[in-house]
Amino acid sequence: MAIQFTLNGKAQSVDVDPQMPLLWVLRDTLNLTGTKFGCGMALCGACTVHIDGEATRSCITPVSQVTGKKVLTIEGLSADVSHPVQKAWIEVDVPQCGYCQSGQIMSAAGLLAKTPRPTDADIDDAMSGNICRCGTYQRIREAIHHAAQMHAATARHDVLPEKKANNPGETRAISRLN
Amino acid sequence: MSSATMKVDRREFLKGAAAGATGLVIGFYLPNRLEARAAAADPTVPFAPNAWIRIGTDDTVTLVIDKSEMGQGVMTSLSMLMAEELECDWKKIRTVFAPAAKEYANPIFGIQGTGGSTSVRGMWTPLRNAGAQAREMLIAVAAEKWGVDKAVCRAEDSQVIHTQTKQRLSYGNLAEAAGKLPVPSDVKLKDPKQFRIVGKAMKRLDSADKTCGRAEFGIDVRQPGMLHAVVARCPVIGGKVASFNADKAKAVRGVQHVVQVSGGVAIVADNTWSAMQGRGALEVKWEEGPNASLTSAAIVKMLEEGASKPGGAVARKEGDVTAGLASAVKKVEAVYQAPFLAHATMEPMNCTAHVRPDGCDVWAPTQFQGVNQMTAAKIAGLKPEQVNIHTTYLGGGFGRRAEQDFVIEALEISQAVGAPVQVTWSREDDIQHDFYRPASYSRFEAGLDAEGWPVAWSNRIACPSIMSRFFPGSVKNGLDESSVEGAADLPYAIPNILVDYQLTETGIPVGFWRSVGHSQNAFFSECFVDELAAASGKDPYEFRRRLLQKAPRHRGVLELAATKAGWGEALSAGRYRGIAVMSSFGSYVAEVAEVSVDKKSGEVQVHRVVCAVDCGRMVNPLTIEAQMQSGIVFGLTAALKGAITINKGRVEQGNFDDYQMLRVAEMPKVEVHIVPSDQPSSGIGEPGTPPIAPAVCNAIFAATRKRIRQLPIRAEQLV
Repeated sequence: MAIQFTLNGKAQSVDVDPQMPLLWVLRDTLNLTGTKFGCGMALCGACTVHIDGEATRSCITPVSQVTGKKVLTIEGLSADVSHPVQKAWIEVDVPQCGYCQSGQIMSAAGLLAKTPRPTDADIDDAMSGNICRCGTYQRIREAIHHAAQMHAATARHDVLPEKKANNPGETRAISRLN
Repeated sequence: MSSATMKVDRREFLKGAAAGATGLVIGFYLPNRLEARAAAADPTVPFAPNAWIRIGTDDTVTLVIDKSEMGQGVMTSLSMLMAEELECDWKKIRTVFAPAAKEYANPIFGIQGTGGSTSVRGMWTPLRNAGAQAREMLIAVAAEKWGVDKAVCRAEDSQVIHTQTKQRLSYGNLAEAAGKLPVPSDVKLKDPKQFRIVGKAMKRLDSADKTCGRAEFGIDVRQPGMLHAVVARCPVIGGKVASFNADKAKAVRGVQHVVQVSGGVAIVADNTWSAMQGRGALEVKWEEGPNASLTSAAIVKMLEEGASKPGGAVARKEGDVTAGLASAVKKVEAVYQAPFLAHATMEPMNCTAHVRPDGCDVWAPTQFQGVNQMTAAKIAGLKPEQVNIHTTYLGGGFGRRAEQDFVIEALEISQAVGAPVQVTWSREDDIQHDFYRPASYSRFEAGLDAEGWPVAWSNRIACPSIMSRFFPGSVKNGLDESSVEGAADLPYAIPNILVDYQLTETGIPVGFWRSVGHSQNAFFSECFVDELAAASGKDPYEFRRRLLQKAPRHRGVLELAATKAGWGEALSAGRYRGIAVMSSFGSYVAEVAEVSVDKKSGEVQVHRVVCAVDCGRMVNPLTIEAQMQSGIVFGLTAALKGAITINKGRVEQGNFDDYQMLRVAEMPKVEVHIVPSDQPSSGIGEPGTPPIAPAVCNAIFAATRKRIRQLPIRAEQLV
């Protein structure tokens, strides 16, 4: 029985064991290898994707659970590495080995979608599920703040002159992230 | 890899590495796949003057990276060395990872591989030379076209410029003719004063690929017809398969083959998940072998006995330590211990291989292509030149990927099933079947004179030997230098010093772990020096500073770190500082840690780390900063959390719940200060790691007057 869901904006159908974690469906069945295997127990965050906009660990999510839902992976975050989080990651020179960064970026994008101007405590909360063995945490924190500033700048730019740069503008800018 | 590795004769290392890793004893090493050179015959790449540089008629400059990119930024640093001399347009360069070939032998090891913080040190001259060769040939062609002397031409941004007429010819226009010129053997390198790239903050070349999921790690390799495998390995280290029944495993949807290999039983399936399910269903009986009843307590006892035995291998002897101790007004004694540690690279071990009767391909996140090629040739029954090693990005290395076990598995399984196979390790496989950082035991005795200055330093270290397995030829008279690095090279001016070593095998395999012996010996030596400062009633920074009068580079980083950290200035309530300094891999690093200890819980929080590094002439300050941060997190994770323990021959930890990693909320603010220098460039991948554990433990002493003499730091010890 095929399982159907939306993957990076397109309809997707897979005929696999319904218990197979989404991670392995993405990686081995669909060859979308940007989402990484790190622990298999939702302990490291390398496998983070968005399911209906929520940052979720795909390694413990049976594929049957995404039936009818929208799945967004690192490959679908932007067509040209232009998502503010991706731009900030490059600008701040975040990646080292890079293996955890798909998961870090998906967690960060999930954070900014809900909390456009996160505090350090917000970052700690949202990003503590993502391990980086290279220790890029300091630059990750800096890049998230940088991405938030880029959002805000974009948001202000988007707002019509007679309107103030307030929440509606920010919401519009953020909504493009999803 | 260790500093000791680098001191050995290259040819010896080559033999040893091969023998230790693959069981081969070779008198020759002549694989000769000249893929980079062969590119010269490819009409689309008309100009390939050496193994590292290719220029196309479309102006494309491709740089061949012959070291493994595992996060340390080597793709960018090595490109900088080449581009500096080549004068190519930085924004347009492309890079490829080198195949296995003798041109790419690491000049420090004598065989192709990455480790020991050797990449920039080894390639500083060869890559600049490669770039300069290409530049001079392109200039020669342009000069000939214009009918002028080469002296009036210069190169810039992938163009040769006629300095008088301002005419320009692009490298693409010149490539074809340049490809027909003889390669000059003697070219002039730039004066460092003219550097435009080296020494500048250059952003990484791989960031875009690593932020969109495009970077291909070993685990991402996909080949037509490729199958996925996992291996059931004996849970007892050193055990093997007694018997197995494959029926239930084969009944799992997607499982295609169940085959025995040297490391266990392989389950081969359509996808990784099915292989894992098949492994869960496999019925297997193990022959547990000699470690079946081994425990951590027994291992500590072995090390303790080793450190109690006199007459160990002498690693350093100066003066007369017995007389020095006898003359001392005050004696200080202490015993320190460090545990086994796993590497836990974020990308678990994996490898993809396709063994065919007439050839073999290996796609691997590997640090040791030269040995991989020999390993594959031996297993596949082929000549080394019939083996292609394709290096992918490495999701962390830290020394783990210098080993051959994961490569051997992929080769054996592919050979058994006759298809390309990717073997993937689970996190549990990775943590429980590692080559661990050696557990180590260090006994100190020192004497102080009437003014409180040390007159004698005696240090006996007992720990298992990495080199006995990896490179037996280097262990002479029972001394494995990698076990005592960071201890035997104590930089302090003390008249009587004895450092000796008892090689103590425990049954647990040990391997290179970021900064190797320094990782534990820095903790031992730099904490014990702190104990001496405390015993003499002196400030630990001033105490070190005075004893480093004749060690200017140690003292330079010590002073810089202390100054930038505001040593001696008041801190906010509850915060305390500790300091440590160590030289490793040719570089000098001092760190000041600012910590607080919760009085009730004993929880340690590290708030700030000020790091000063002298790594000679800097290549890329952005990378140096990143590597210092990275090394500090690596060492801090070990100090605060890391321990692999053994029960009944089994590793007790398995995943990130019981082998924990530092997370973002625990990340201290790390400040990195680089000492300006025109000394030769030295290592940066590892030297950030050693000083952090002692700096933190010394700060804990300042906070609590309690000495941490055993890692990891346990909160219950501090209440």
